[in-house]
Amino acid sequence: MIQVIDLVKKFDQTVVLRHVSADFHDGKVNMIIGHSGSGKTVLMKTMIGLHTFEEGKIIYDLTYPHPTRKDVNDMNENEIQMLHREVGMLFQGSALFDSMTVLENVLFPLEMFSQMSKEERTERAMFCLRRVNMPEHALSLMPAKISGGMQKRVAIARAIVLQPKYLFCDEPNSGLDPKTSLVIDQLIHEITEEYQICTIVNSHDMNSIMEIGDNIIFLKNGEKKWQGSNKEIFHADNEDLDDFVFASNLFKKVKATNQ
Amino acid sequence: MIIKLASGVGQYLYLLKRVFRWPDRWRMFMRQFIAELDKQALQSLPIVFIISIFIGAIITIQGKTNTENPLLPAYTTGLLTRETLLLEFSSTILCLILAGKVGSNIASEIGTMRITEQIDAMEIMGVNSANYLILPKILALVLMMPFIVIISDAIGLLGGYGVAVLTDIITKEDYLYGIQYAFNPYYVTFGIVKSVVFAFIITSMSSFYGYHVRGGALEVGKASTTAVVNSSVTILLFDLILTKILL
Ligand SMILES: Nc1ncnc2c1ncn2[C@@H]1O[C@H](COP(=O)(O)OP(=O)(O)OP(=O)(O)O)[C@@H](O)[C@H]1O
Ligand SMILES: [Mg+2]
Repeated sequence: MIQVIDLVKKFDQTVVLRHVSADFHDGKVNMIIGHSGSGKTVLMKTMIGLHTFEEGKIIYDLTYPHPTRKDVNDMNENEIQMLHREVGMLFQGSALFDSMTVLENVLFPLEMFSQMSKEERTERAMFCLRRVNMPEHALSLMPAKISGGMQKRVAIARAIVLQPKYLFCDEPNSGLDPKTSLVIDQLIHEITEEYQICTIVNSHDMNSIMEIGDNIIFLKNGEKKWQGSNKEIFHADNEDLDDFVFASNLFKKVKATNQ
Repeated sequence: MIIKLASGVGQYLYLLKRVFRWPDRWRMFMRQFIAELDKQALQSLPIVFIISIFIGAIITIQGKTNTENPLLPAYTTGLLTRETLLLEFSSTILCLILAGKVGSNIASEIGTMRITEQIDAMEIMGVNSANYLILPKILALVLMMPFIVIISDAIGLLGGYGVAVLTDIITKEDYLYGIQYAFNPYYVTFGIVKSVVFAFIITSMSSFYGYHVRGGALEVGKASTTAVVNSSVTILLFDLILTKILL
């Protein structure tokens, strides 16, 4: 579980996150939603420690070196590195290493951090690649040679290869067609439940929100305006949220039939 | 302007502090290191060959035409070729050329990794990306530089010899006597010391400009130009300083 308490983040003078507090649960897909520029990516990157922040706390459950709960600000560089070993991240553009093959990309974290033998590492990497349904013949290809949907799968495999406790996904659907999006969404959902990961997804795609949003955090202009599940989202009496949710005609109809 | 320069130098030193750590995994470091030896040193050899042989020949020809004076001994041209190669060309000028080739390559490679979030991906895994990406590059060129300089010295002298053999501008005997006359081995050491410093400047500065790219492909292009220009200027500055100190 991750607890964000009263988080304030500024870039120079511009305030991007205004006193955001939210909980992110294990075994759930926690979704950060909101319009473009509302601060979703900044919140995510701040939580992982890629940005410093001005005020507030971000508290993680740590297992190494011993089980504790700790604010990122109180962690030293070593502890941050330990935390990062429990975190997997799926980037908006996949961020696969373009000088390595698909298989080498997934092997990389294992080669860096695991104590496994060469056979065990290959075994584990292959297991994860099979888990995301990568076809065998694509394993020796370079990332530039495979489709965007496949790149996303490889990135997921790479993110889960070290069995992370936390999985961050920045817009996992961007640039994918609706069908591939659905497949990736379902994959993320399955993996989250299967391994009881605390998954944080940021998205502005209503289809994925309805499909996999177990715990939804709605941001507007850097402020948290609402938190709830995808079952509650249509019944929330919240003007800002309605404005976001019903921006698409399809969901306006859903609202009409509901009433 | 001065504040900007100072903060730039500060950032550069901070990056170097992250670069010079023991690698997390030696196996991974060696793999990168060997790849960099190939990419930066071996793949630079063709251009080093071509330029050195031409410059050696050209210095010999020009040296001869400019010293057409009965008072100067016949070995002057050979001597001049040797001194120019050892003192300036095979260290400074060669490094300026390598700054163009190696520097732009490094800056654009690291810059692309930055803008496509590959560096963020490494950091999130808990990898020290500065150490993993930059250290092998710096060590590879710094370590290979002495050999590159010696090769360039030798090829340059050979270029001059080619002029002696193929034309009647200068006789073989005069040239060979000239390049051995009053030989000071310290000049070779001097050239090597300088070039090692330059190799460090090229690799570390280009890595710095690549590592701090913000934006898109356009900025990567700009960063690679800045890397080449600024490392060239820095090389010339250090050439002046080192010549003052060491000669
Ligand atoms: N490195 C930065 N420096 C300065 N301002 C930034 C930086 N990163 C983001 N911002 C600003 O923070 C605000 C929120 O950006 P953010 O990227 O979090 O939006 P987002 O909700 O992820 O949008 P999108 O859906 O388009 O990805 C924007 O106004 C942006 O200009
Ligand atoms: Mg974003």
